Amino acid sequence: MSASFDVERVRRDFPILARTVHGKPLVYLDSAASSQRPAPVLRAIEHYETHSHANVHRGVHTLSQEATDAFEGARERVRRFINARSTKEIVFVRGTTEAINLIAQSYARPRFKPGDEILITALEHHANIVPWQLACEQTGAKLKVAPIDRRGELIVEKFAALLSARTKLVGIAHVSNALGTILPVKQLIEMAHAQGAVVLVDGAQAAPHARVDVQELNCDFYAFSSHKLYGPTGIGVLYAREELLNAMPPWQGGGDMIRSVTFERSTYNDLPWKFEAGTPNISGAVGLAAAMDYVESLGLDAIAAHEQQLLALASAQLEEIPGLEIIGTAAHKAAVISFTLSGVHPHDIGTILDSEGVAIRTGHHCAMPVMDFFGVPATARASFACYSTVDDVHRLVAALHKAREVFQ
Amino acid sequence: MELKDLYRDVILDHNRQPRNFGRLENANAHAEGHNPLCGDRLSLDLQLNGERVEDVRFEGKGCAISTASASMMTEAIKGKDRAAIGALFEKVHNLLTQDNAATPTDLGKLAALSGVREFPMRVKCATLCWHTLNAALERRAAPVSTE
Repeated sequence: MSASFDVERVRRDFPILARTVHGKPLVYLDSAASSQRPAPVLRAIEHYETHSHANVHRGVHTLSQEATDAFEGARERVRRFINARSTKEIVFVRGTTEAINLIAQSYARPRFKPGDEILITALEHHANIVPWQLACEQTGAKLKVAPIDRRGELIVEKFAALLSARTKLVGIAHVSNALGTILPVKQLIEMAHAQGAVVLVDGAQAAPHARVDVQELNCDFYAFSSHKLYGPTGIGVLYAREELLNAMPPWQGGGDMIRSVTFERSTYNDLPWKFEAGTPNISGAVGLAAAMDYVESLGLDAIAAHEQQLLALASAQLEEIPGLEIIGTAAHKAAVISFTLSGVHPHDIGTILDSEGVAIRTGHHCAMPVMDFFGVPATARASFACYSTVDDVHRLVAALHKAREVFQ
Repeated sequence: MELKDLYRDVILDHNRQPRNFGRLENANAHAEGHNPLCGDRLSLDLQLNGERVEDVRFEGKGCAISTASASMMTEAIKGKDRAAIGALFEKVHNLLTQDNAATPTDLGKLAALSGVREFPMRVKCATLCWHTLNAALERRAAPVSTE
C-alpha cells in the first residue's frame, strides 16, 4: 500500500472495527451498503446533542441560535464539499432516495406530459427507477432505458440514440452500486444538455470514492447519502441548480418552509428552506459535516488510490478461485466486486462468510434489472472503504475457500 | 452458532440432487413463491386427488436451505392429505422458529432443518416452499411472497 496512506491509523478512528463477530475479528466489506462512522463523527453528534440542541430557525434563545449555526454551518460544509455556487442549492433530505423522489414529484410531475421522455440506464438502483415510473404514471411521460454491455458498461452510442428533443430528464448513476461501474457522467451530461434535457446524477456510490464538483460536471441535480460517506443514516443531500429550484413548487408543506400562512394562501420561504418542511435532522447534518471534514482530512484522492489497490488485489485473487465469476468488469470501477460462485448460492456464501467474521452483501442489491441482465437471481458483493486492508482481502478469499469446502 | 448445524449432510445432499424436481404433467394445482430478499423463486406443481396430494414436483432457483427444504418437503407430503400436511407444517414451523424446542421424533429428514433456527435471517428460506404449498392447496392465483 502507498506509504502516504496509513490504513492502520485510519482503522483506529473507527471504533466498530475493533469488535469480533462469531469470535473472529470483523472484516467489514459492506461499505457500499452503509459505511461505518469514525470517532470524530460520533463526537460531533454527541457534542451537538449534549451542548447545543434546540429547534432551528425559530427561537431567539442561545441554544436555538447555536443549533441553527450548526445546521446552516453543515450546509456550507456540504456546499464546499461538492463545490456548489451557493448554499441555496443545498437541500437536506433523508437520503438519495428522497432526493430523487423530490425531483420526480416537484420537477417532473408538474411539467411533463404525454410524449415527453425520461431516460435512465440499465444500471440504475431501484431508487433511480421507481420514482420515474411513478412520475410517468402521473404525467403520461415515457421511461426509456439505455442498455449496458456484458462488462457492465453503458453503451454510450445507444444512450445517444435514445436522446432526443422528447427527452426532458436524464437520470444516471455516477457509480453503479451493483457492479461498481463508473459512468462517464460528464460526457453524458453534455450529450443530454445538447438535447435540452436536465440531468439528475445519483451520486450515492460516488461521493465516498471520488471528488465531486457539481460545477465542473455541470449537472442539474446531484443526490447522495450521508451514511455511505462515513456519516449518520437518515440524512442526505440534494444539490439542484438555483434557477431550477426557484421554478419548482414545494414538495412537502409545513413549518419552516413557509414565509406566511393564512387560510386563504401561504407564501413560501426562500431557498433552500422552501424544500425543507418540518424540523430537520439537525444532528444528522452535524454528523455529515464532520464526516466531510474527516474524508477531506484523509484526502479523497488518497482514499480512492488506496481502494483501487485493494480492488486490483481482490479482483486478481478472486479470479483464482475455481468457479468464481466476477459480475461487472468495466474498465473504470469503484471498489466494488460483485460475484457468483458456481454451486453455492450467494445467500449461502453470505452466511458462511459471516460465520468467518466477514460481512458482505448478498442479494439483488436493489438492482433487479441488472441481475436479470446477467441472468443471475443474486450476487455476492464485497465493497471496500478507506479502512479496508490487504488482510481483509485475504480473509475474504479464505472464507470463500471455506464456502467451497462446505459445498464440495 | 455452528455452520455444520445449518449445512448438514442431508441438506447438502438435497441441494445437490433435489428430489421431485421439474414440472408435473397432469398437475391440477400450482403456485409460485418468491423471496425478494434473496431472489429465490419456487414453482410448485401438485396432483391432488380430493384432499390428498398424489404427486408433487418443484422447480426453482434458490439457496441450499430453500432448495433442500423444498426437496425434503415434496418427499414428506406425497400421499398425505391436507390435514396431515397442515399438522406437519406446524411441526416444521415450530422447529424453525422456537428456541430450544425438542425436535419431534416423527419428522424424518425434515428434522435436519432444526439448525436453521440459529440463523434467523435464513428461516424464510426454509419456509418459502411451505407457504407456496399452502397457496397451491388453496389454489390461490397470486404468487406468494415472503416479504
